[in-house]
Amino acid sequence: MSAPTLERPGGDSPVDTAALQEHFDATIAAEHRIEPRDWMPEGYRKTLIRQIAQHAHSEIIGMQPEGDWLLAAPSLRRKAILLAKVQDEAGHGMYLYSAAETLGADRADLTDKLIERKQKYSSIFNYPTLTYADVGVIGWLVDGAAICNQVPLCRSSYGPYARAMIRICKEESFHQRQGYELLMTMMRGTAEQRAMVQDAVDRWWWPSLMMFGPPDDDSPNSAQSMAWGIKRHSNDELRQRYVDMSVPQAEFLGVTLPDPELRVDPETGHHRFGTIDWEEFKRVISGQGPANDERIARRRAARDDNAWVIEAATAYARKHGGGRATAELAPESAA
Amino acid sequence: MSSTDVTSEGGHGAVPTGPEVPVETKPAASRRDWPLYEVFVRGKRGINHVHVGSLHAPDDEMAVHAARDLYTRRNEGVSVWVVKAAHITASSPDEKDPMFAPSGDKVYRHPTFYEIPEDVPHM
Repeated sequence: MSAPTLERPGGDSPVDTAALQEHFDATIAAEHRIEPRDWMPEGYRKTLIRQIAQHAHSEIIGMQPEGDWLLAAPSLRRKAILLAKVQDEAGHGMYLYSAAETLGADRADLTDKLIERKQKYSSIFNYPTLTYADVGVIGWLVDGAAICNQVPLCRSSYGPYARAMIRICKEESFHQRQGYELLMTMMRGTAEQRAMVQDAVDRWWWPSLMMFGPPDDDSPNSAQSMAWGIKRHSNDELRQRYVDMSVPQAEFLGVTLPDPELRVDPETGHHRFGTIDWEEFKRVISGQGPANDERIARRRAARDDNAWVIEAATAYARKHGGGRATAELAPESAA
Repeated sequence: MSSTDVTSEGGHGAVPTGPEVPVETKPAASRRDWPLYEVFVRGKRGINHVHVGSLHAPDDEMAVHAARDLYTRRNEGVSVWVVKAAHITASSPDEKDPMFAPSGDKVYRHPTFYEIPEDVPHM
């Protein structure tokens, strides 16, 4: 309801900003959510747009490594499952772009930035899927790591992001379980199939540990993000949680995680693990990974080759007045 | 159709532009020209439609289809509403106090305001 007579905090006088900042800080401190039309510091808005866009891009690019196996999945059942999963990833990307838009970002613009490599996505998707076992390992390890990262984000201080994460986390559970079930099936198969699973684990384990980002002492923006409630646990904390969860799952499956230093620390009960190759992480995140060029080229082709569909739908809508079937879909008649 | 009848403006996808196929020559349309729709889903019969998110679509009908694909992949709904975001009028967070304060001091609107002895039955 617009109420032009009401006094609104106007101008950019430092007094007004201080009052708004105070209100914002109090909302964060009380663990209440910030909603789209609330005042928020520019840094909060920018950091969130970057975080949500990066997350959205990861979901969209993440369709590619597994999408490569859609036609080669070994049965109709496995094809249907994989298709549903890849479709979910697209959906997750859409929820997230939708959340980013509430902050004033434009989703077409975000896609352009991804294609121009001005915004990043998770480094994990720059590795190729060499065998079908990779589909299972991505579900188990990569989606498992994503769940570790994402569950705390359901409590993000930014309402639309937190709500998108709740939807996503519900669906990720299916992703992880289908992957693990696929691997269990292969492990009950031939020696060759078991070797395929072990090979996939060997290739994906370390990159999955890198998904949590650089170590805490090399993560300069973390403190501010924690204060803003848009990051809930440190990178190393989440990585430790992930390792502790994954080790017994690997044992049950009957595979060996490729880390000779991996063992339980009797004092803490946590698993100690070897040193992550951060040089590799930096190479891959900066564009030098095995599949970076292919991923971006395909995303660019998807945007450009399908532009005519968008044009056609736009032209059709214009020709029909843009509001087709409005009466038919009026709320009262939609039971 | 000769090769001059197609253009690949905006990408690799060649779009016919021959006289028999009128195509607007303006720069490639993008989703940014599509209006934003807010999506509401009724989870099951007997409960209200609840806001679930937003999407872009060229028209109302496509918005309903896209909402179905995006927000009800797992039986989350039995009914979907979409409405152009531009058509929603909302209260402003800045007006929160003047807007909602009038109800805050009317405690007598709540049943707990009234003291009734414990032994009055059915109340």
